Order: sequence, then C-alpha cells, then structure tokens
Amino acid sequence: MLQTYKVTGGDFVNAGKASSSVKGILKQLNVLAGLIKRVVVALYEAEVNVAAHAYSGNILVEIESDQVRIRVTDSGPGIEDIQMAMKEGFSTASKEVREMGFGAGMGLANIKKNSDTFNITSVPGEGTTVEIINKLTD
Amino acid sequence: MKIQEIANIINGQVLTSGLDAGREISQAFSSDLMSDVLTRDYEDTVLITGLANLQAIRTAEMSDIGLIIIARGKEVGEEMIRLAESSDIVLIKSAYSLFRISGLLYEAGIKPIF
Ligand SMILES: Nc1ncnc2c1ncn2[C@@H]1O[C@H](COP(=O)(O)OP(=O)(O)O)[C@@H](O)[C@H]1O
Ligand SMILES: [Mg+2]
Repeated sequence: MLQTYKVTGGDFVNAGKASSSVKGILKQLNVLAGLIKRVVVALYEAEVNVAAHAYSGNILVEIESDQVRIRVTDSGPGIEDIQMAMKEGFSTASKEVREMGFGAGMGLANIKKNSDTFNITSVPGEGTTVEIINKLTD
Repeated sequence: MKIQEIANIINGQVLTSGLDAGREISQAFSSDLMSDVLTRDYEDTVLITGLANLQAIRTAEMSDIGLIIIARGKEVGEEMIRLAESSDIVLIKSAYSLFRISGLLYEAGIKPIF
C-alpha cells in the first residue's frame, strides 16, 4: 500500500495529519500498539521538522505486510552538519517553533531511536531527506 | 482514578464530549515540551501541560495518551476540542498552575511515570 502526503513549512495547524493518518491505517491492519507508536512518533517528529525548518515537503509511506518504509523529502535550507544536528540539544528552531512545544533539539535523536533503520541525507540550500524503515511484526 | 474524579480534584472542566469518561488513569507526566513527551512510553497516563495548541493533541495521539489537562486557565480553542474528540482524547481545563495540578494529583495517588 502506498500513501503520499504534503507538508507545508510553517504550517503548525496541519503538521501531524500524515502521522495521524498512518496511525489509523496501521491500527486497522492490527499492528501491535508498541510498534505503531515507534513508527508514528518517528514520522511525527520528521513531519514537524519540515513544518519547522523547511519550505515544503513530501511524505511517501510504503506499507507492506511485515514492514513500513517512510521517506520524508523537503525543499528547504538543508543541514550543513548532520552529525551536529543529530546531537541532542542542538537546535536552530525559531521562537515560534519553541512556542509550539518543539525546538529543543531532541527530534532527530528520537526519530533515530524509534526507527529500525534510519537514514538522513541533506544538500545545503536544497533540502533534506529522512528515511525510516520499521518492522511491523515482532 | 476515573477522569471525573481527576477533574474534581483540580477544579477542572471536561471540555470534550461523547468520549468514555470511565477510563482509568494511574500515572501522569507534566511538560510543556512536546519533544520530551514523545521520548517516553505511557499507559493510562494523563499529560499535564500549559501548552494549549493543536500539537499538544497530536503529541498525545502519537504517544497513546488518553487524557490531557490544560493548566493555567489557558484558552482552549474549538478546533483543539474537536481534534481531541476525533482522536479519542479527553481534554480537561483547569485554572490551577502546572505545579499545583501535579501536586494535587500526586497527593491523590497518581504516580509519576519515572
Ligand atoms: N528538515 C530539516 N530541514 C532543515 N534543517 C533541519 C531539518 N530537520 C532538522 N534540521 C536541523 O537540525 C536541528 C535539530 O533537529 P531536531 O533534532 O529535530 O531538533 P529541533 O527540530 O527541535 O530543532 C534543527 O534545529 C535544524 O537546524
Ligand atoms: Mg525537530
């Protein structure tokens, strides 16, 4: 099953809609709650990152019987130093983003923690791609 | 502890309707930082927060949290209430501070998650 979603930079009203939709689909497929949680927490922080740091993004979700593969691609400023960005506490978030309850520099580390396979690539000045692959069976 | 009992203890008002008010809550986590909330696992947990926006509801949804208390009498928008209802999350509003709500519920036997 293939699902796509759009994310708009700066849009904190709709941020989370994709994660919510994916949660609904995985629930309907009777995936274990703990496994669903890992997927949607990772996707949600990635979705919020597009809203917080990029101009626009696309989310591609491929659900198979035993795994889910998610690719979040955005057009945006990109990340100069990914190793630095992955460090807990590092953040360039604006005051507005912090007022939304994010911007503590914990997102990327938590995405990684909740992913079985996690990849991030970025081209400064162009954009960022985050890939999350998780097993859906124990 | 039942949701209505929690609302009474903190002099709160249940804002959502049509949801199962009989659910049991045994633990609480207090935070205004949603990224922090998203790092933990929850069972029968209430999120106590001063953050009154849609992302607080989304965060609870992703975290499997079924009850949110909005502290400090923050204005809770109609859109928040509707999103909570469609996400099966009960919303309570209280005029008390985060510390006071946390203290009252701790005293009443609600456990910290760590
Ligand atoms: N999609 C993105 N586009 C551009 N920069 C990003 C993106 N995602 C993360 N970053 C950079 O990495 C930093 C750390 O991200 P994260 O760990 O999610 O924390 P936060 O979003 O709270 O700042 C961000 O502050 C930002 O500088
Ligand atoms: Mg982030």
